Amino acid sequence: MHPVVLKQVGKTYRLDSVRVLALSDINLEIRANRFTVISGPSGSGKTTLLNLIGCIDRPDQGEVIVAGQDVQRMSDDALSDFRAHHLGFVFQNFNLLQVLTAYENVEYPLLLTNMPAEQRRRRVLDLLDAVGLSDRAQSRPGQLSGGQRQRVAIARALAPAPQLVLADEPTANLDSETGASIIALMRTMQRERQVSFVFSSHDPQVQAEADDAVFLRDGRIASVERRSEAAEAAP
Amino acid sequence: MRTLSLALRNLLRNRRRSVVTLLAMMVGLSAALIFGGYSGNSIYALQTGYVQMHGHLQIQRQGYFLYGSGNPAAYGIADYQRIIDIVKRDEVLAPMLTVVTPKLQLGGIAGNFAAGVSTNVLASGIVVDEQNAMRKWDDYGSMSYSFAFPLTGTDQDAVVIGTGVARKLQLCEPLKVANCRPIPKPSADAGAQAPDDIQALSALEASELPAANQTRIEMLAANVHGAPNVVGLNVVKAQNWGFKEFDDTVMVMHLAQAQRLIFGGAQAQVTAIQIQLRHTEQMASAKARLDQLLATTLKSEPLEILDFETLTPIYGQSVGFFHSVFGFIATLIGAIVLFTVGNTMSMAVVERTTEIGTLRAIGQRRSGIRRLFMLEGLLLGVIGAALGVLTGLLLANLINHSGLTWTPPGYVYAYPLRVRIWGDWGLIVESAAGLVVVAVVSAWWPANRASKLIIVEALRHV
Repeated sequence: MHPVVLKQVGKTYRLDSVRVLALSDINLEIRANRFTVISGPSGSGKTTLLNLIGCIDRPDQGEVIVAGQDVQRMSDDALSDFRAHHLGFVFQNFNLLQVLTAYENVEYPLLLTNMPAEQRRRRVLDLLDAVGLSDRAQSRPGQLSGGQRQRVAIARALAPAPQLVLADEPTANLDSETGASIIALMRTMQRERQVSFVFSSHDPQVQAEADDAVFLRDGRIASVERRSEAAEAAP
Repeated sequence: MRTLSLALRNLLRNRRRSVVTLLAMMVGLSAALIFGGYSGNSIYALQTGYVQMHGHLQIQRQGYFLYGSGNPAAYGIADYQRIIDIVKRDEVLAPMLTVVTPKLQLGGIAGNFAAGVSTNVLASGIVVDEQNAMRKWDDYGSMSYSFAFPLTGTDQDAVVIGTGVARKLQLCEPLKVANCRPIPKPSADAGAQAPDDIQALSALEASELPAANQTRIEMLAANVHGAPNVVGLNVVKAQNWGFKEFDDTVMVMHLAQAQRLIFGGAQAQVTAIQIQLRHTEQMASAKARLDQLLATTLKSEPLEILDFETLTPIYGQSVGFFHSVFGFIATLIGAIVLFTVGNTMSMAVVERTTEIGTLRAIGQRRSGIRRLFMLEGLLLGVIGAALGVLTGLLLANLINHSGLTWTPPGYVYAYPLRVRIWGDWGLIVESAAGLVVVAVVSAWWPANRASKLIIVEALRHV
């Protein structure tokens, strides 16, 4: 089953009195356990598409089906719960809660899913270990480097064991070496935890790593490139 | 990690702003508490004074309070001793009572005819020891200037007068009244002569007295038959009653003497039976029991029960005044706190817009965002209230030990400035709770706005 299916999706924004077409006639299937990279020039609709897939925005037309569910019909609370259980987010600016430690940042989504305390503790420690930050569990974001912050953000995104992680320009604020290590980490996580990653990115390193590449132009899909057919057989 | 912990850390994030907000709340609450403590103490002091003077309840003949105060003969209680005995022996009332005592109120003209002066007086005939016992009532530990009447063991013609009466009767010098300026003696033809019969009665009384008694006065009053009656009285002391209008007319004498003046050889009566209780809180149940007695055992008597608040309307007016001023001050402070906390929370929402978007994206419901900011407002309120109460108590203690005094309107001497906060748990709890409620209410609008932020716009916020 495809974790994300978009059918005839369109989205317009209103800027003052002007209607701006953000997306039009989007038909797309995101394959399971893949690195899918959405790219395109600025204003092509990458972030809008990512927002729709991430269920933090609603289309004006068409259908968005995530994890087999038609998310458009959900109430705001139901959609919040759905995101808490099925989706993870990695942001360009990391977006960690500054007043919480690395441990607490990773733990936060698990509190929203009401996971029992002991199970929660084990999950957080496992994830911090997986991203190589066991020794920085009690550090606050301000005490961490950019790469470390993004590692915490990745651990947080993976905490509720989502089917899909959405990453908006995850390497844009990192140097190329750190960016490469972050991409490598996400690839490792994707393979180990059988999770789909969808990126919006200009970064050639990210694009080079993509299994599937979606290219947008003027709010429409210009091309979809399925690079890794070998992974198709994966469950 | 809980929402409470996150809220607390968010408050500590911008410490300077949080501290300024807390300071505003602390100053506001402590100011309200100090005024509340001051007015509370004033109300207790007023109540103590009235209860010492009038008792909590009075049994009077129906209509005396409204129509009969100038006519004790028509509105007297003849069988008063039997009524007092019934009240004292009643099983329900007895445990509540401190004093039950009769009183005869009368008006008349007191004259120092040797000096050629006279003045209207409002006299009270009392049982001295019982009245002095009433004046020891101090259920609230108030600073009281009440004094015992120095009539114990004196002759029946002994009286105490106000310093104002002494001044008018030109008795300041023989009575050694301080700060009492002698007035120029009016010329002999400045006023009308007393009627012949009055002068004759006065002469008769004067002839029976030791010569050259400089504190001797006469008092003229209408007796039970409507005829004028005069008695000679010996002023043993002039005392300052505090309130000038009262001090200028007051006279206190033995009950028997007052009864002799009004009733002569007829059956002696009183105008009131004063009942003082151990605690003011017992007033309702005591009144209910007395009403029951009036409807049964004392059914034949046309009596009514009046409480001290009815007898002294100025008490209720004073309480109302203090409450309205406190309400005004509390409203002002509430408005300041409302805008201060509201501003603090609004700024926090703006600064944390991206964070709100992030929390919503990872699955936090709108209600969770609203709860977080409301909790921050609640925490501000609770901490501000705690600091305000502590500061208020500290300042009250300093004021109470500062030796400051003030003179209430109409009074002739100063009272110590006292602020009663400790022990007035109602004031503390209600003021602190009010502050917390205002803080939470003022956080509601920003919290609601935060919860309704559109996620994608919040994430784009710079």
